Amino acid sequence: MIELFKELVDAVSSPVTIFTGAVVVFLLFVTFPRQAASKGGGLTLLFLVLAFFGVGLTDKHFRSIVSAPDNVPIVGMIFIFGYFTWYAMRKAVENDRRMEKGEPTVEQAETNDKVLVFPYLIFIEFVVALAYAVGLVLWSLFLKAPLEEPANPTVSPNPSKAPWYFLGLQEMLVYFDPWIAGVLLPTLIILGLCAIPYIDRDPGNSGFYCYQKRRLGIQVYLFGFWVLWILLIVVGTFLRGPNWNFFGPFERWDVHKVVPLVNVNLSDLLFIKWLGWGLPKEWYLREAPGILLIFTYLILPPAVLAKTVLKGLCKKLEPVRYSILMFLLLVMLSLPIKMYLRWAFNLKYLVAIPEFFFNI
Amino acid sequence: MAEPEKKTKFNLGKFITESQLYKSMFRHGYTPSERDRALSVMTNVFFHLHPVKVRKSGARFGFTWCAGGLSFFVFLTLVVSGILLMFYYRPTVEHAYNDIMALREHVPFGIMRELHRWGAHAMIITVWLHMFRVFMTGSYKPPREFNWVIGVILLVLTMLLSFTGYLLPWDQLAMWAITVGSNMARATPFLGHEGPGAALLALGDIPLVHSGSDVRFALLGGRFVGAGALLRFYILHCVAIPTVAVVLMSVHFWRIRKDGGISGPL
Repeated sequence: MIELFKELVDAVSSPVTIFTGAVVVFLLFVTFPRQAASKGGGLTLLFLVLAFFGVGLTDKHFRSIVSAPDNVPIVGMIFIFGYFTWYAMRKAVENDRRMEKGEPTVEQAETNDKVLVFPYLIFIEFVVALAYAVGLVLWSLFLKAPLEEPANPTVSPNPSKAPWYFLGLQEMLVYFDPWIAGVLLPTLIILGLCAIPYIDRDPGNSGFYCYQKRRLGIQVYLFGFWVLWILLIVVGTFLRGPNWNFFGPFERWDVHKVVPLVNVNLSDLLFIKWLGWGLPKEWYLREAPGILLIFTYLILPPAVLAKTVLKGLCKKLEPVRYSILMFLLLVMLSLPIKMYLRWAFNLKYLVAIPEFFFNI
Repeated sequence: MAEPEKKTKFNLGKFITESQLYKSMFRHGYTPSERDRALSVMTNVFFHLHPVKVRKSGARFGFTWCAGGLSFFVFLTLVVSGILLMFYYRPTVEHAYNDIMALREHVPFGIMRELHRWGAHAMIITVWLHMFRVFMTGSYKPPREFNWVIGVILLVLTMLLSFTGYLLPWDQLAMWAITVGSNMARATPFLGHEGPGAALLALGDIPLVHSGSDVRFALLGGRFVGAGALLRFYILHCVAIPTVAVVLMSVHFWRIRKDGGISGPL
């Protein structure tokens, strides 16, 4: 029974099914916040994850990966963030309900009450810090910090992985060249995070949990955080084996697993497969369709949306802020788009100019 | 009749609180009066990071999850355990691994290294959680936008602290994680020797950006992760990044007060 379950999980596991599954769960969560944030919804999710880990831990390979010392924080993090996402949504749903009725939110009801920091806040801080410290000490007592063989520049482990908090970026390397996955996207993530308060400037709806009135922002944030960051870390850590090949959760990491490399560039697809002309000699002719496509992608949707669906938003933000927001959102979306293009067409690069190390 | 007897009874609490030594440290009483409680905060350099009074909604654990405070707390834990580790650790290729091994083998029930490593992971998770909470409550909105930016920089510094510390045990895990991580720097546009545009920076046939002059070389102090990288990462980890982080943390905490304290509904 368990063996059958494990084989089934391995058979359906692939980057595309896992990513799509996560997107579906995410969409369900943000479309039905009331149900997701109910006790039943939370417990169901918790039960499913626990059951999966419970069954998984009976498997030797799964256990060895999940309990590798440096991977333990990731497992903890999944539960911590799962809980707090649910908890934040729960508070938001409650406040939404109150606002609908015209009642003050939980926070508003006591915002004019002031309490003395000493003893009320200091006491909370003391107890929480104590609990945190006890947790850290227990963790340190029961789990040894890893120490492998001495560093040896001549023997490189396979797979070689960055520290776990950068594995989302390393996973992006599958779909983008290092200058995008390792430099451009991290820079844009940092700049994009910094830009949030300069784009969302409305001081209303701050200082308390709410969902409906800040829906768009919260959805983008949760998608970026859960699907594009945490999920990629999990995939990169637990499911990428030797040669960065994908392995199901219960699949042995076989060094000799052969995965055909059949990725082709857009220019190959277009000029050779579809038109049958053969590749143009000059790079700017060869890559013109790809470059055009990228420019269209970055310019057309913002322009169309500004005139139609997002007219109000565009007016509220003014052109500069609106353009920056759209650029950041499109860059963010380019990751899942590139992933699906890879899975659907084996597409390698949209624009490939190896002459300048410039590949997108 | 009984009164004089009571007076002669020795009261330890009173003896301490009325001594010159105690009064020199705490210039107020310890009664549950508002005045004494306010003074407890105001006359204590550590407590007075806080205001005397806060909104009830902001003081709740359910609102802040104490994530920001815990990030600072775990940072302090890391400073203490890190200082202890520095007594035993030499950042050279010949000693680094053996020093860590000695910590592991020769100290019975020693958990300083564990505390430092798991604390580092915990700090990353706690800082992410703090950012998550601040976003979900909309607390980044004006007038707190600049403090959010400082928070983002502190988040990046937290990850860089952890990343630079990752190399120091000088085992296979460390060396190759840093190799993979720093390989990305090779591809920096214009500044990395495999980055787009780097080939354009040349004087005739002489490339200006090559494997011995790009950002990765600057980071590692060499063409690969070796003795130079170990020393650089050690200094970055123990001195440079913590210094910057402490300065930014001071600004971060100060700005919370100046921007109106823990956020609350308007």
